[in-house]
Amino acid sequence: MLKIDHLSINYPGFNLQNVSFEVGTGEYFVLFGPTGSGKTVLFELITGLRRPEAGSIHINGRNLTRTDPACRRLGYVPQDLALIPFKTVWQNVAFGLYSRTFRPKTENRRQESREIDRRVNEILEKLKIGHLARRLPAYLSGGEKQRVALGRALVVQPDIMLLDEPLSALDEGTGNDLMREIKALHRQFGTTTLHICHRREEMLYLADRVAVMQDGAVIRIGNPDKV
Amino acid sequence: MAILKPNRINRLFSFNHFAVIALVLFVGSLGLLLGAVVSYLDYRAFPAIFRNPDIMFALRLSLWTASVSAVLAVMVAVPVGYVLSRFKFPGRSLFDAVVDIPIVLPPVVMGLCLLVFFRTPPGQAIEGAGFRFVYRQAGIVLAQFFTITPYAIRTVKAAFDHLDPRVEMVARTLGYTPGRVFWRVTLPMVRNSIIAGGVIAWAVAIGLFGPMMVLVGTTRQRTEVLATSIYLELSVGRVQTALAIALLMIVIAMGALTLFKKFGGGGFLS
Repeated sequence: MLKIDHLSINYPGFNLQNVSFEVGTGEYFVLFGPTGSGKTVLFELITGLRRPEAGSIHINGRNLTRTDPACRRLGYVPQDLALIPFKTVWQNVAFGLYSRTFRPKTENRRQESREIDRRVNEILEKLKIGHLARRLPAYLSGGEKQRVALGRALVVQPDIMLLDEPLSALDEGTGNDLMREIKALHRQFGTTTLHICHRREEMLYLADRVAVMQDGAVIRIGNPDKV
Repeated sequence: MAILKPNRINRLFSFNHFAVIALVLFVGSLGLLLGAVVSYLDYRAFPAIFRNPDIMFALRLSLWTASVSAVLAVMVAVPVGYVLSRFKFPGRSLFDAVVDIPIVLPPVVMGLCLLVFFRTPPGQAIEGAGFRFVYRQAGIVLAQFFTITPYAIRTVKAAFDHLDPRVEMVARTLGYTPGRVFWRVTLPMVRNSIIAGGVIAWAVAIGLFGPMMVLVGTTRQRTEVLATSIYLELSVGRVQTALAIALLMIVIAMGALTLFKKFGGGGFLS
């Protein structure tokens, strides 16, 4: 469970004011609002890439407000995807599994390597990008890159997934296909997910609940059809 | 209101035409200068320099001192370029400007600064501790290092400036400490620029003349490098030998520049 409590940050030209909400375990929660309303800043606070001036962030009962980003156990897909350009699709997806936080717990190195292989190959097949495993990101389409970024975040089995406008750079057909796949993956993995979007159809299709943001504040929270 | 139509003269001499003419004229002029060396050279003189022990000593000394100073320059350029690109601190613009001073300063002034420094108490203390530079081969490396490091810093900093910081941010959320992100993500992304910075620094070091003359002089079989060889040969009237060395240096410079371009070096002064 994620609990955001009176989170605030001010910097020149922008304020995030007293943002509070809770997201239940396994819930698909959408942050909805226009560009510049503070959704991405809120994500950067949750990931620890920015420090809040006030308020707190709890994940599964642990206060992570001052915790290093490396120890928060999150799966983050930023808007520009940020794939590592010199690593192949396989290496990009496996990258997190070699870190201290997400390294599989096994008895020896050989088992660990086997476990990483198994998990990466499984996620690549689920996202239908197994055939692209040896390609570099520069040779992928927008939809394929998006799948790689999703795979990289999912494979570490994070406590919370953070998706920052994952469909905004895709054409409508590809975006709709991926939207259905994201929903299916959420049903399958049951990972608590926060998703930023400003497309109404996307919000209505994906969200269990929605928080509407405007000018750095949450102005409404509720079920998507009522909000 | 009358609409101004480009007249025939404007069409003939647009900026694009001017730009292409400027390029052709400049490259043509350089070609003529380099061609002059080649055409004036007696071709028997070129192989002869490879049999001349003094010139071979200068070539070996130039190559190893430039290589050592280029490696040292890169080792300094990576952290300095990273700090100037990523950190915000009071006086950053001042540090950034000071780093560039050796680029705009005549190289001979750098040699003079070093020579004077070794006459001051801190410099004397360094020499007193056994680290001797004045009129020594180590002085060649020192003079080269201070002159070429800004070129490497500019190249590496430009690469850090153009990196997408999001890639590093995502790596942090995937469980990596800032140090491991630097080694596993940031550094490999600027690898080619680091090589390019090293190559351009090496090429500049090979051609340095002024600081060598001031700090270490040019003694045969001791502190003579290729650039000072040309001076020595000219001073005794052996013009053909000087031209042959010049041709060798042109070949070395062109090889280094080809490598520099191959590794994506570009706006090293940007």
